[in-house]
Amino acid sequence: MSRQLPIVAITPFPQAAAHELADTQLRANLGRATRTIRDKRARVVAEVADWEPMRDRAAAVKDEVLDNLDELLARFEAAAVAAGATVHHAADAARANAIVTELVQEQQADHVVKIKSMATQEIGLNEALEAAGITPIETDLAELIVQLADDTPSHILVPAIHYNRSQIRELFARRMPGFTATSDEPAVLAGAAREYLRRTFLAAKVAVCGANFAIAETGSLVIVESEGNGRMCLTLPETLIAVVGVEKLLPRFADLGDFLRLLPRSSTGERMNPYTSIFTGVTAGDGPQRLHIVLLDNGRTQVAQDPAGRAALRCIRCSACLNVCPVYERAGGHAYGSVYPGPIGAILSPQLTGQDAGFNKTLPFASTLCGACYDVCPVKINIPEILVHLRQTGPKPAAERAAMSTLSWVMRDRRRWRAALRAARSGSAPLRLIARRHGGTLRRAPWPLSAWTAHRDAPLPAAESFRDWWRRTHEQS
Amino acid sequence: MRIALFVTCLNDALFPQAGIATVTVLERLGHTVAFPAAQSCCGQMHANTGYAAPARQLERLTEDAFAGQDAIVSPSGSCVAHLRAHTALPVYELSELLVDVLGVTDVGATFPHRVTYHPTCHGLRMLRLGDRPTALLRAVRGLDLVDLPEPEQCCGFGGTFALKNAAVSGAMLADKCASAASTGAEYLAAADNSCLAHIGGGLARHPGAPKPIHYAEILAATGGIRE
Repeated sequence: MSRQLPIVAITPFPQAAAHELADTQLRANLGRATRTIRDKRARVVAEVADWEPMRDRAAAVKDEVLDNLDELLARFEAAAVAAGATVHHAADAARANAIVTELVQEQQADHVVKIKSMATQEIGLNEALEAAGITPIETDLAELIVQLADDTPSHILVPAIHYNRSQIRELFARRMPGFTATSDEPAVLAGAAREYLRRTFLAAKVAVCGANFAIAETGSLVIVESEGNGRMCLTLPETLIAVVGVEKLLPRFADLGDFLRLLPRSSTGERMNPYTSIFTGVTAGDGPQRLHIVLLDNGRTQVAQDPAGRAALRCIRCSACLNVCPVYERAGGHAYGSVYPGPIGAILSPQLTGQDAGFNKTLPFASTLCGACYDVCPVKINIPEILVHLRQTGPKPAAERAAMSTLSWVMRDRRRWRAALRAARSGSAPLRLIARRHGGTLRRAPWPLSAWTAHRDAPLPAAESFRDWWRRTHEQS
Repeated sequence: MRIALFVTCLNDALFPQAGIATVTVLERLGHTVAFPAAQSCCGQMHANTGYAAPARQLERLTEDAFAGQDAIVSPSGSCVAHLRAHTALPVYELSELLVDVLGVTDVGATFPHRVTYHPTCHGLRMLRLGDRPTALLRAVRGLDLVDLPEPEQCCGFGGTFALKNAAVSGAMLADKCASAASTGAEYLAAADNSCLAHIGGGLARHPGAPKPIHYAEILAATGGIRE
């Protein structure tokens, strides 16, 4: 398969972001939506007295998983198999897609119903199934909208954040079998989707899901959702296939409590999500009779080897970091060129693929390092620190490298530094005359400073540096 | 008390007023200020742009320049945050030194103007300066402090981010300038001249918008007129 993975940016972030910024409707939608969710999150998090210790515990549990990944995977597999599940191991996306495709073909199913899952998006499962003549049907309403539009999600939690309701009605009329409604009232649109999805659930032989958590102790999988479509997928079809990233493990069932409190408050800003499904193996006469669990690596064990970057694997996909990120709010999810957008995507995508893949090396620079993401992360991933780590270990332009070494060489010696300050001052003297008209700042500058003056005036070196002032006032008396 | 000043490379070259104001405030309070001349840059820009080796050299240079100092003050939140994360130096942002170490909130300043305060990302989330800077500003005679809407929002500077991602940076800046202008303040104060250079560069294109000023300059003012 020569197709690029859905976690590889094919356009440099700055270029993609500039393109998205031009869409003022998208910017307004994103601004409104992210502001609403982050205010809701802040309110419900403030209610929890032990939020900070809970974050510490959750981070420690996830680190324990990364420290003991092999052992816990073996324990999970043994428990899941004992409960009647079949466990498969996929080293990469292609292997995972092949396993799932074969399993669906074994059931002679021509379509599958799907629960929203980041792991299956990461591996491009829908495209792989379609290539094999199998129709995947997304059953989460927003994912369904995006799928019907042949589009990609722009937010982990609110994938269709970039559509309005008249666009959705038009889309349903064109693509949803049996759609007849003429109104674009949200309740009417949701009702039509419900009718369509019910028929689909009842006819499906195979469902595909991901998992929010996988419990090593018991072999259980846990799925957290809002719409109930997940519960339908997990209980109606005879065959259930779960694609689970290996980092989704929790060692013990008792660890789940903290995560079930952290996730909904961080994610939707709800105290509790409407549906939590916990299932272990198969039960005769009740629910799916065949449960296949595909444990997905796809770069994860590699990331777990990097002590400075591996905390990214703690992520529980809540998307709180997206909603507080000023860069995400302006650029939108598509600019990141990956199913993982926003701050977590800026570290996760390049780590999973390596920075040489496509333009993923531009993602660690898609941040001002403002720190808002780290503050809200329920598992305390220090995203700014990992962004800097990736900048330091990734490829960089030769001209910039030379400029940085020269600057540091000048700064490392007080005579060179003083001389540079004086040279900058006298060199910029004519500019100061021009700048006086604008209150002392420079309105236009040549490349590369034109990137600065395109949006703001530039400051000029002061008429007297601080050290010259100090020498004049404090050392000559 | 003897206090060593880390003025920062940016202030040394472009905004000496912040350093001068810091010296003025501390001397007015009866303290002795030292300026170790071997200092230049803390390495923050190199580190954050992805150059670990030169950053480490500059961190070491700063450690050497300030070896043996009991208290170091700097009028730059982001540089203090960088030094705190990468060296063992006893370095304080100006408001930390004044409020926590020296126990002062009224520094004897007069500044009869309407001022709004932008807390900056490093001040807010790395140093957790909290209400220290605004407590100092509230004690200034004649000063009318007005709230900045969405103060926690980054201005879009981010060092080389402003150049590498100019479009997104510009969009963030436009929103910050609109917030600042909506306050009707004469001055927008902050604890970091890198953010102020960015916001000020944007405000310079909005007639009637507040003028950028380092809050140390307000604390140093006694007559209130600054031109």
